[in-house]
Amino acid sequence: MWPFVARRLTLAALTLVGMSLVIFVLLRLAPGSIVDLIFQSAGYVDPAAKQRIAHELQIDRPVAIQYLLWVRDLAHGDLGISYRYGLPAWQIIRGRIPTTVELATLAMLVAVLIGVPTGILSATHQDTAVDYGLRVFSLAGLSMPAFWLGMVILLFLVREFHWIPSMTYISPYVDLRAHLVQFSFPALAVGYRSAALISRMTRSSMLEVLREDYVRTARAKGLPRRIVVNRHALRNALLPVVTVIGTEFAFLIGGLVVTETVFNLPGVARYLVEAITWRDYPIVQNLVMFIAIVVVCSNLAVDLLYARLDPRVRYE
Amino acid sequence: MRALLRAAPRRLHPAGRLVRRYPLGTAGAAIILVAVIAAAGADVLATHDPTRIDAAHTFLAPSAGHWLGTDYLGRDIYSRLMHGARVSLAVGITCSLLGGLVGGGLGLASGYAGGAVAFVIQPVLDIMQGFPLLVLALVMTAALSPSLATTIIAISVPFVPRVARVVRAAVLSIRETSYVEAATALGMSRLRIAVRHIFPNTISPLIVMTTAQLGSAILVEASLSFLGLGVPEPYPSWGRMLSVSAAEFAQKAPWLVIFPGVAISLVVFASNLLGDALRDFLDPRLRI
Repeated sequence: MWPFVARRLTLAALTLVGMSLVIFVLLRLAPGSIVDLIFQSAGYVDPAAKQRIAHELQIDRPVAIQYLLWVRDLAHGDLGISYRYGLPAWQIIRGRIPTTVELATLAMLVAVLIGVPTGILSATHQDTAVDYGLRVFSLAGLSMPAFWLGMVILLFLVREFHWIPSMTYISPYVDLRAHLVQFSFPALAVGYRSAALISRMTRSSMLEVLREDYVRTARAKGLPRRIVVNRHALRNALLPVVTVIGTEFAFLIGGLVVTETVFNLPGVARYLVEAITWRDYPIVQNLVMFIAIVVVCSNLAVDLLYARLDPRVRYE
Repeated sequence: MRALLRAAPRRLHPAGRLVRRYPLGTAGAAIILVAVIAAAGADVLATHDPTRIDAAHTFLAPSAGHWLGTDYLGRDIYSRLMHGARVSLAVGITCSLLGGLVGGGLGLASGYAGGAVAFVIQPVLDIMQGFPLLVLALVMTAALSPSLATTIIAISVPFVPRVARVVRAAVLSIRETSYVEAATALGMSRLRIAVRHIFPNTISPLIVMTTAQLGSAILVEASLSFLGLGVPEPYPSWGRMLSVSAAEFAQKAPWLVIFPGVAISLVVFASNLLGDALRDFLDPRLRI
């Protein structure tokens, strides 16, 4: 197990370096300088002010130096200063991380609780009405924009109950119940999509396993179908599902970007949108790097878990 | 009676057989066809000018005069939906084709040429694939000034590594087949083998991937436009109809939110149905 862990850790570190390079290059693709873009909306700007900003952002230095300076600052935990708030970026981001992490975790919980059982049901009832119904249900989840589903949920709540969850953030320390109620609807809106993906993956993986010889053997020796499905098939079928769950956890952030906006939750993902709208480049760069770190860590966690569950992986 | 039933399918037209075999896929194709007709004929089908502001008739509920109601500026929602289909579909189709083309080319190069090419392309593609689609698209819109071209680039680029990976995997397995070996033994040049033997065999996964991406492209466009970072002002797109300003009025006029969302969901649903059917038909082992 340990050589595998070491190899996997090295790969994760290399991927992070690669991701930081990609982010850095992408944000410098624009013709002209970032300073011009920042001032684009301002109309006439004093050239001296422009130069000062360019110097502060260190855009007047060579690109390679800019990159190294950025990595050095990151390593020191210095995420730069937000133009919008005039505060160190880390101060703003730190408070927002728990919101996003909590939302992502709740959404994933919803996704697994819906996705895995529907996937199994779909596979064990292949080509019946149940299967078709569940497949349409999961395909619908992949087709609805998460933010729209959020809006429709809010509309429905108002229409049926004349009530909407609070649009101002409720701290769990103030009122835990209201906090959970507030978070459950956005979690549902984001989680549906992941539930759909997990359900599809569980179904196809389960169908494959159910055709294996050992499943037929188990049935042939007289074991009830329920036990064969739950004990013999499920364990193996869920292995690829674990991978999907891991990658989806990172990809949830994409859905959170819009959902946090709809439900007005002060999370990291919404801050990314705000920073992009204000062209607050140091923040955009660091927030995307933060997302990259989440992605790499969750992939790493999945691979390690996979290796733990399936010994064959370790000796590849 | 039983003989009659058994004979019935044989009389079906080939198209009829296809409908029978892939009812969901055909339904998907039909919905997309309707959307394409709406987009192409928007000028004829629209009952009002989609951009005309009418301060006296804001927030009208759906009626005979305005089939799907009017928005906060008094613009006719039905007409905006028809014209929005043009932008949303054009962006969706362009992006998935662009992503398919570039990704397919890179996948072919990386899978077949190997060596230095693969060594440079593959790590970059793998790393790009690590980012969530929407996040990568957001970063690209941040880096480039807002325009229709920027939106298309921002949506297409994240698709490239995904297509490239599938095509590369196909190329790697085709490369080992005996007919490629035979062609090599006969002295065929590598380029000719790539064009005549490898490429035709990657078309199926390429078609499946491109169709599957049509839905994603429309969704990403909708999300970007919703956030105010997508297709800029003169063009109405389905995503922009849902943008934050419309969301503010959702309680007052639900039709502002319902109809564009239904349009997006239906078309994406249709392209997913079509994608699944195409996969089952062309490449049943492909898992995407």
